[in-house]
Amino acid sequence: MNILEVNNIHKSFGKTEVLKGVSFSMEEGEVVSLIGSSGSGKTTLLRCINFLERADKGQILLDGELLFDADSDGKLKSDEIRKKQLNFGLVFQDFNLFPQYNVIDNVMLAPKLLAKQNPAFKQNKKQIYDAILKNAQDILARVGLSEKAQNYPCQLSGGQKQRVSIARALALKPRVLFFDEPTSALDPELTGEILKVIRSLAAQKVTMVIVTHEIDFAEGVSDKIVFMADGRVLEEGSPEDVIHNPKNTRTKAFLSGLKDHTN
Amino acid sequence: MNSNVQTIISSLNDGFISNCIIFVLTLLMALPLGLIICFGSMSKFKPLCWVSRTFVWIIRGTPLLLQLFVVMYAPGLLFGIPISSRMTATLIAFVINYAAYFSEIFRGGVESISKGQYEACQVLGMTKTQAFFKVVLFQVVKRIIPPISNEVITLVKDTSLARVISVTEILMCAERFTKQGLIWPLFSTGIYFLVFNGLLTILFGRIEKKLDYFE
Repeated sequence: MNILEVNNIHKSFGKTEVLKGVSFSMEEGEVVSLIGSSGSGKTTLLRCINFLERADKGQILLDGELLFDADSDGKLKSDEIRKKQLNFGLVFQDFNLFPQYNVIDNVMLAPKLLAKQNPAFKQNKKQIYDAILKNAQDILARVGLSEKAQNYPCQLSGGQKQRVSIARALALKPRVLFFDEPTSALDPELTGEILKVIRSLAAQKVTMVIVTHEIDFAEGVSDKIVFMADGRVLEEGSPEDVIHNPKNTRTKAFLSGLKDHTN
Repeated sequence: MNSNVQTIISSLNDGFISNCIIFVLTLLMALPLGLIICFGSMSKFKPLCWVSRTFVWIIRGTPLLLQLFVVMYAPGLLFGIPISSRMTATLIAFVINYAAYFSEIFRGGVESISKGQYEACQVLGMTKTQAFFKVVLFQVVKRIIPPISNEVITLVKDTSLARVISVTEILMCAERFTKQGLIWPLFSTGIYFLVFNGLLTILFGRIEKKLDYFE
């Protein structure tokens, strides 16, 4: 069964229609890469799925059950949206770490705040906090930042910051983890460490959706590639099909444009 | 009146205590009030936003000196309810005036925090209140320390305006000696302000240094 199904999402800003009916689906443990030129609506799609924008039309299904329907949920209270939001994690292009907290506190802040809503929090405060700390330490080890736990974001390189923000998203155990161009704000020599972390997450069967311009990386890590242009999905399929045997002329043009650019 | 050096200094000291009281109480009340006005002027509820911004416009747009007179005399003249004490009138005028300035500093600070910080909080399941108090506020505090310290230092000097409604602050005390032909007590009040502001400058420098560990 599909873990995530996005159905006919529309989104306009003023008179500009950015998403013109986008649909895609994925299974648990899969990695989907969204590719396409700037302005094709990839980031807006991610923002709609993560409730940073409210889609005008369309549905989002999680485990086959309706999570969001623009027709009925357009005016949902922020509290209800928050519960839905926690099914997903989002890693931003520019990290958005909390500068006043050190690395481990960045990772633990949200889990700690959520734990306080647990009715049994008062009696089990110590166990709950210990579990959160243990979880945060495990996750930092997974992204290779155990020694940096006590450092502040301003003491880290861009690549390390992005790894912290991946750890921060993982700490809430999202069903699907989304990446919005995770390497675009990084110097070229730092992209490798992020891609390596994402590859290792893929190997651990973390369900991920990645918006990226790194086509070689997308080809290597993805189970499925989705090509978007002008707010629509024009082509989707295995990396083999989409990248090496594109059927749509727009896909062909986009990929050959990228090649010209890199050569 | 016997004007030996000792009595002059003790009179100036007594006067400066009034300045200190005005300073401390104004700060304690104007900072939280400023935060409330700041929320008002950033509110999406338009009438509240207009009321707050009009209030800030009036208070920043007129002299503090005039505001002191208005608070002191208007209640008695207009409504027949004279204000209970000169110190109360001074504090009301100062708190309102400084809260207006602080609110604008707070607003600038809050609006300088990137949208990304709020969005990161949102995707991590935080409420808006949690995002503000756990993530945004401390970053705002760091950014507004320099403009706030400016305002606070101005406040120290402005306390001497209270003498226009006959609060016996340090300049008023010093002027009594001027009438006796002694000018140096008036000039030496400057030392009080310089020392006080010197200490504040050191204090704010320390706070800035303390907050240097991030960003």
